[in-house]
Amino acid sequence: MSRETTLRATSEGHLSQALLIGGALAFLGFFLALPLIAVFGEALKAGIGTFATAIQTPDALASIRLTLFIAAISVPLNMVFGIAASWAITKFEFSGKALLITLIDLPFSISPVVSGLIFVLLFGANGVLGPWLAAHDVKIIFAVPGIVLATLFITFPFVARELIPLIMEQGKSEEEAALSLGANGWQTFWYVTLPNIRWGLLYGVLLCNARAMGEFGAVSVVSGHIRGETNTMPLHVEILYNEYDFVGAFAVASLLALLALVTLVAKSVLEWRFELNSGASH
Amino acid sequence: MIRCTAITKRFGSFAALHGIDLHVRPGEFVALLGPSGSGKTTLLRIIAGLEFQDSGQVLFADEDVSRRNVADRHVGFVFQNYALFRHMNVADNVAFGLSVRKGRGKPSRAAIKERAEELLRLVQLEGLGARYPSQLSGGQRQRVALARALAIEPKLLLLDEPFGALDAKVRKDLRRWLRDLHKAMGLTSIFVTHDQEEALELADRVVVMNEGRIEQIGTPEEIYMNPATSFVSHFVGETNRVAKGSGELHFRPHDTELVSEGGEAVLVDNVFRKGGVWRIEGILQAQQVLVEIDLDAASTPPSLGEVVQIRPRQSRDFNSAGAQLKGEPQ
Repeated sequence: MSRETTLRATSEGHLSQALLIGGALAFLGFFLALPLIAVFGEALKAGIGTFATAIQTPDALASIRLTLFIAAISVPLNMVFGIAASWAITKFEFSGKALLITLIDLPFSISPVVSGLIFVLLFGANGVLGPWLAAHDVKIIFAVPGIVLATLFITFPFVARELIPLIMEQGKSEEEAALSLGANGWQTFWYVTLPNIRWGLLYGVLLCNARAMGEFGAVSVVSGHIRGETNTMPLHVEILYNEYDFVGAFAVASLLALLALVTLVAKSVLEWRFELNSGASH
Repeated sequence: MIRCTAITKRFGSFAALHGIDLHVRPGEFVALLGPSGSGKTTLLRIIAGLEFQDSGQVLFADEDVSRRNVADRHVGFVFQNYALFRHMNVADNVAFGLSVRKGRGKPSRAAIKERAEELLRLVQLEGLGARYPSQLSGGQRQRVALARALAIEPKLLLLDEPFGALDAKVRKDLRRWLRDLHKAMGLTSIFVTHDQEEALELADRVVVMNEGRIEQIGTPEEIYMNPATSFVSHFVGETNRVAKGSGELHFRPHDTELVSEGGEAVLVDNVFRKGGVWRIEGILQAQQVLVEIDLDAASTPPSLGEVVQIRPRQSRDFNSAGAQLKGEPQ
């Protein structure tokens, strides 16, 4: 009797399991896979030649260069900031720690448009520091420094958020052991801390990079949309689209999507290694 | 060798140590014994330089090291959960203290390798250098941690609950082995433990701590036979505590005998074999408190429900503040 009950219980489990998995897959297919296919389909509709021409226009190339440039500045900086912030939060006791943790989450909770506006209010012509900047001939808003600042702000939490729980879980006894064996602070960080957090760090950096390349809202507010100068790839896609240059828009969009896909694959590989790694150490 | 004077330490509003004075002689093996929260680990970490006292001094051989950090104190520290570097193999773990040396003091790569192998031989882990910490048993990890700490050739070895995470059999073997190592290498060692048996078996002197204060310092013999305070008396070894006036009377189960008349009446509640003796648990009728008595295994134990008369052969009086009242042993 009890065996029958178990049997029925499991078969019902199988049914609902199948329904849930099927539902999730259908949802993912409709909302994620289909649009992605549509992007690539649309980009390649007029043939690979048109695609190649579309991404090789001077404006498109300029936007690709700018996007890579922005990512190349903001990702390393946020890697350093993220490590420093998570290190400070996990290894030291100080007042205002809770406030710092909340502040790290701020860029996640604020709308990107508002984030962009903050920088316009600070550095714009009518902003707090605007007159001073104009007097010293420093251009931030509607120029590359503004885009870098906005991207830095938006992508700040990724590395820190990834590292804080990881470092907390690992505790500080390995660092203390290294110090007691005569290592200095830098050696301790380089030989003990960094190897222990490397997978988590890489994971955070990848997410940070994906967002740095893909950010639209904040960058749109501060960029000024100057073609060939302050247009990043997402902004360029929007301009082309608004001009009914669908092939061009989708060609650049598919490049962006490709970058995202590469990031995703890299992330999955890392996750797999990460699990392998932490699995072995317990 | 090591002298601590008037060490105090607070963590926020919690006072962890209130004025600790401790002197450890060269070559001594000292146990810091106490319940959790007694401040023993904090004291050990302050001696190591992993934590800093709020006031008071730490002296190594008459040199004030109070402001020196752990890297400059040159002590071997074995952490409670060993804190082995999880991404390094055993040989690299052991060699770490030598590899991070700089300038002229840094041995050659070959010398480091040789030294690591030598240390692994010393802790009987020869041939396991290529393994990772996760591939070792608890006892092996413990020995790697020890080898790693000894690599920097410290004169002082500090161990935080060195046997805490091990099972009983391994623990006993490692204890004896550590004792021999301490002697053979001429170390001065201090270890923290909450296990009184461990402290009494290993240490030359035991420092009993409670609530951030030292209750008593003495040889295991002194601590057990002549506890200075009521706390030491019941924390170290098994002790029956009964009220006497405003204070307490303590007596050990094995210091108690049955008498035919003139003793205290005890209602026998439980009788069982405990190692080489009969353990009797009963209720002291006059005070309705539980007492434990050990009787010779060759004797016939009383039966359940029987009322027997007991008399302590030896007992100690403590006043209401917990201090021992000196007098003739009763």
